[in-house]
Amino acid sequence: MYQEIILDHYKNPHGRGLREPYDAESFQVNPTCGDEVTLRLKVTDGKVADVSYEGQGCSISQASTSVLTDLVTGHTIDEALSTMDAFVELMQGRGSVEPDEDVLEDGVAFAGVAKYPARVKCALLGWMAFKDALARTSNEVEA
Amino acid sequence: MTTTTANTTPLDVAAVRADFPILSRTVRDGKPLVYLDSGATSQRPVQVLDAERRFLETCNAAVHRGAHQLAEEATDAYEGARAKIADFVGATPGELVFTKNATEGINLVAYAMSNAATADDGAERFVVGPGDEIVVTEMEHHANLVPWQQLCQRTGATLRWFPVTAEGRLDLSGIDELITERTKVVAFAHQSNVLGTVNPVDALVRKAREVGALVLLDACQSVPHFPVNFRELDVDFAVFSGHKMLAPSGIGVLYGRRELLEAMPPFLTGGSMIELVRMEGSTFAPPPQKFEAGVPMTSQAVGLGAAVDYLNAIGMDRVAAHEHQLVERALNGLKEIPGVRIIGPPDTVDRGATVAFVVDGVHPHDAGQVLDSLGIAVRVGHHCAWPLHRSCGIPATVRATFYLYNELSEVDALVNGVREAQRFFGVA
Repeated sequence: MYQEIILDHYKNPHGRGLREPYDAESFQVNPTCGDEVTLRLKVTDGKVADVSYEGQGCSISQASTSVLTDLVTGHTIDEALSTMDAFVELMQGRGSVEPDEDVLEDGVAFAGVAKYPARVKCALLGWMAFKDALARTSNEVEA
Repeated sequence: MTTTTANTTPLDVAAVRADFPILSRTVRDGKPLVYLDSGATSQRPVQVLDAERRFLETCNAAVHRGAHQLAEEATDAYEGARAKIADFVGATPGELVFTKNATEGINLVAYAMSNAATADDGAERFVVGPGDEIVVTEMEHHANLVPWQQLCQRTGATLRWFPVTAEGRLDLSGIDELITERTKVVAFAHQSNVLGTVNPVDALVRKAREVGALVLLDACQSVPHFPVNFRELDVDFAVFSGHKMLAPSGIGVLYGRRELLEAMPPFLTGGSMIELVRMEGSTFAPPPQKFEAGVPMTSQAVGLGAAVDYLNAIGMDRVAAHEHQLVERALNGLKEIPGVRIIGPPDTVDRGATVAFVVDGVHPHDAGQVLDSLGIAVRVGHHCAWPLHRSCGIPATVRATFYLYNELSEVDALVNGVREAQRFFGVA
């Protein structure tokens, strides 16, 4: 399950650190292990302008958040959501889903993690923070 | 009754292992299973599995109701198990309440205490309210923390706690300020499920007695591993779980001194626990039935009785001596690895066979994953003791727990596995 790509992202995470300005922030925790992530999201003209994050956790949760920033930054909200759906589908597929590299890029490296149910939550921690932050930005826009 | 005269001879691990079919299976592409997670749940010997099956095949019936032969035999098996288990921990059968698990036992006491305010005469000593204090420790399992937080929230009482020293022992320096005339309950773990620390029951009981507080002992990690006698420890209440001592899940024990169980109001009410029921109101059966509402778990209780027989036949002294060897080997082996830090006492004094540690540069999840790939089952995370981890400034640990069926070679496998994890993540 520890693909080189995962270890690379773990050792050299992309986009790490909390940055200003941001529209919404989400704090997510995995209650079974205590891993946590704080993620900030800046949306400009319907596009993900910046995703910044800080957290503590295993290689899987850290690397997957790093991959997340690559996959969603600069994309429209719809594109980001559709990528997220593809990643969640891959992670919940117990190893039976064939990932599309055009959509998930480095995210395909997590296909092996899907075979370890206990680690799926780790891989999704940052993505859940992204989803939550996105919901908060739309709430604020509506408000 | 099996006698335990041969307690001085070392435990025959190979013979013990032969009783546990699961230990001979392989995992992760043919690796022999190295099971070092008995602190979470233990494996069961054929003697326990057979006892459960025999009960179900020969005399299964609802206990304490019905007058047919099966009901009689089932009740005898259930109460026979209770007597054996009570004897195992220095109690009488009337002092031993069957629960679902230890967590339920602690909740039973906490909820009985909130029920005390509106209960019949005699329950006054269980009433807690504003100005009263409950004292726990920072090393508690959530099961011995959250129920007391909730009791305080329901009643207005205040929760206080003993801190833990850097070495992973209870810091008793503030005992006179923590346990005072305001203290109603002192609840603590006999042995920490993370640190392995065996806490000084005598010092805490003595102080609690001085101020008239009740003492509840979480014995989940002690009763399965060394000889424990609740009467000699002089605690008021104690809990433990069957599944951590070779028995089925779904069966736990609450011990309470007889006079306390008689005075304490019930938690769950309904069938089985009554004396007389009228539409206007009811009276309750004497303990332990007063605390066992509904048809109880029966084959599980019989299984726990069989587990006690199994442990008695080996002798708890020998189990403890064997585990002492294992933990000594583990501490020595892990201490030799640069970058590994043991979370808990570094020596084997007043310490059980639980070893938690962190590896610099390798997150516990990742260390656990590498160990798993080698067939070694450990626990990773905060082990239901989140505040303890927070007080140590770490999010999680790797935890290896040993039991009577573990071999020294399995300890070596763990130590080698940790080195392998370091190599894999490039930190060694």
